[in-house]
Amino acid sequence: MNELMNDVTAFIYKEADMLDFKEYQDWLNLWDADGIYVVPIDPEAEDFSNTLNYAYDKADMRKLRVNRLTSGEAVSTQTTPKTVRAPTRFRILSSDSDRVKVRCAQHISENRHGVLRTYPADVTYTLRRDGEDFRIVEKVVRLLNSDNHLSSIGYIL
Amino acid sequence: MTHMDNVCRSKRAAEVDVSGLVLEDRVHTSLYSDPALFEAELDKVFNNTWVWVAHESEVPESGSYKTAHIGRQPVIVSRDRKGEIHVLLNRCRHRAATVCEGKRGKVKSFVCPYHGWGYALDGELRAVPKPEEYEGVFDKKDFPLVTVRHETYNGMIFATMKADMMPLADFLGGAKKWIDLFMKQSGGYPMKVLGDHRFRFPGNWKIQLENTTDAYHFPVVHKSFVSSLDEQTSKVFDFLDGDGFVEDLGNGHSVMVMIPALVDLDENLDAPIPDRFQEFAKELEREGRSEQEIRRLVRAVGGTGFNVNLFPNVACSMAFFRVLRPIAVEETEIHHVALGGEGAPAAFNQMRMRLHEHFQGPMGFGTPDDAEAWERVQKGSYAGLDEEWILINRGQQHLKTSQDGNVAGAVCSETGMRAAYRQYKAMMTAKA
Repeated sequence: MNELMNDVTAFIYKEADMLDFKEYQDWLNLWDADGIYVVPIDPEAEDFSNTLNYAYDKADMRKLRVNRLTSGEAVSTQTTPKTVRAPTRFRILSSDSDRVKVRCAQHISENRHGVLRTYPADVTYTLRRDGEDFRIVEKVVRLLNSDNHLSSIGYIL
Repeated sequence: MTHMDNVCRSKRAAEVDVSGLVLEDRVHTSLYSDPALFEAELDKVFNNTWVWVAHESEVPESGSYKTAHIGRQPVIVSRDRKGEIHVLLNRCRHRAATVCEGKRGKVKSFVCPYHGWGYALDGELRAVPKPEEYEGVFDKKDFPLVTVRHETYNGMIFATMKADMMPLADFLGGAKKWIDLFMKQSGGYPMKVLGDHRFRFPGNWKIQLENTTDAYHFPVVHKSFVSSLDEQTSKVFDFLDGDGFVEDLGNGHSVMVMIPALVDLDENLDAPIPDRFQEFAKELEREGRSEQEIRRLVRAVGGTGFNVNLFPNVACSMAFFRVLRPIAVEETEIHHVALGGEGAPAAFNQMRMRLHEHFQGPMGFGTPDDAEAWERVQKGSYAGLDEEWILINRGQQHLKTSQDGNVAGAVCSETGMRAAYRQYKAMMTAKA
């Protein structure tokens, strides 16, 4: 179990580092072809496809989102030059020979127009084992204030 | 409303005079940043007209409620045991605490958390703890939650603090035709709210009001959104040189038609299915839907090609309701309300939500760029001394008369902003 925990946390730390340092193409490669990235609004939501979310990205939308963040065409993405995120409080919820489900806490700080903002969230990953590595099947980011009003988020949570 | 309230309100409102600040072709920059003006706006605009509070589908059954605001005032929209809708001030009659928190839900009654006064869904005061101490002091029937007058048009519920406000249908006037067209996008099913995105930006509410009738910004601000579309769809959104128009509908309302082909969704049902909806059409086909229904749902799923900007706080914007809430002179909350069909095929509502997520909300491909532009307007508006103005004169010399006899300009004209500010000025300068 400790080995699995080590492998999983290493994978999630790597993902966090890629997002903070905008290595988006590498980030896209972390995903299973059918993987889904979700940022729900409703804290209780489970049926994401039948619910309005902040983001509900399959492979094509993830790619478009990355294009938007890197093209230089979106003015809002140019004013969030840096994020710093810290995943922590890892707990493996379930695992079998094919998949691992893990939950963690994530604090992301952004500095936009000189205002420092933090978005704490619970993040649940479903990972598929891929040899020695993993592929993301589902990543659900439940923002602590998802049910409240937010400000623009010009990056990937 | 007590006598003292009225005295305070009129005193505040009397401090500002916007007559020299709102001209036909420009508005003074202080309209975005003067705190005294903001206080006057709450009194003279938001407390003095019809304000959108809910769609009927948000309070679908007895016990349903939704919280909303009229300007700064918290209200509850509820549906009572008999199925009647009420709009109530969210304020206990005892010591003013709100009796209902949360966005929407279902309750049996509203109970004040402070001393336990309990109110029915229609606002009636049902129970107070230690009632014997109120013997000879008051009669419960005289202290219900305060009812706010409301009226409904095509599912849209508006409320007003102004006792003698004209009927809602008269207020909406020329906008009614466009609201009716807008409601066709639920694909033959009753219109239903599917959820909303809520976000705030550090800027004045009028910056947002202007934006819903501003086609001029689209290719600039939303370049990254257009780039994310397929070639066929991106051509549809390339509308600045097209046959669209902006029409002044009276009472501050306007319509901006960006995509004339998407005005009446009951028409052109035989048109080829757009590339981006091919997969959606196939899914409906696999479900065994009839050819006719597939055509209707495909035609409706992307929404309309126009924005109806209703003064002061709501717009029927292409495929969603845009609701604005003034928080402070330089803080505004926006709700983008996603819409679908009650009982419509799951694939239809899913597609509607995915399209909404694509553009709207704090993580959409459109809204964050809008918000960036609005924030920059607010920041820039502090530059200069007292002689700086906001221009709203585009297309002023190219006006024509619409089919309905209204003033209309090109799609990229600022006709809608001029309509809103004319109404704003009339309300702000009206004698109390």
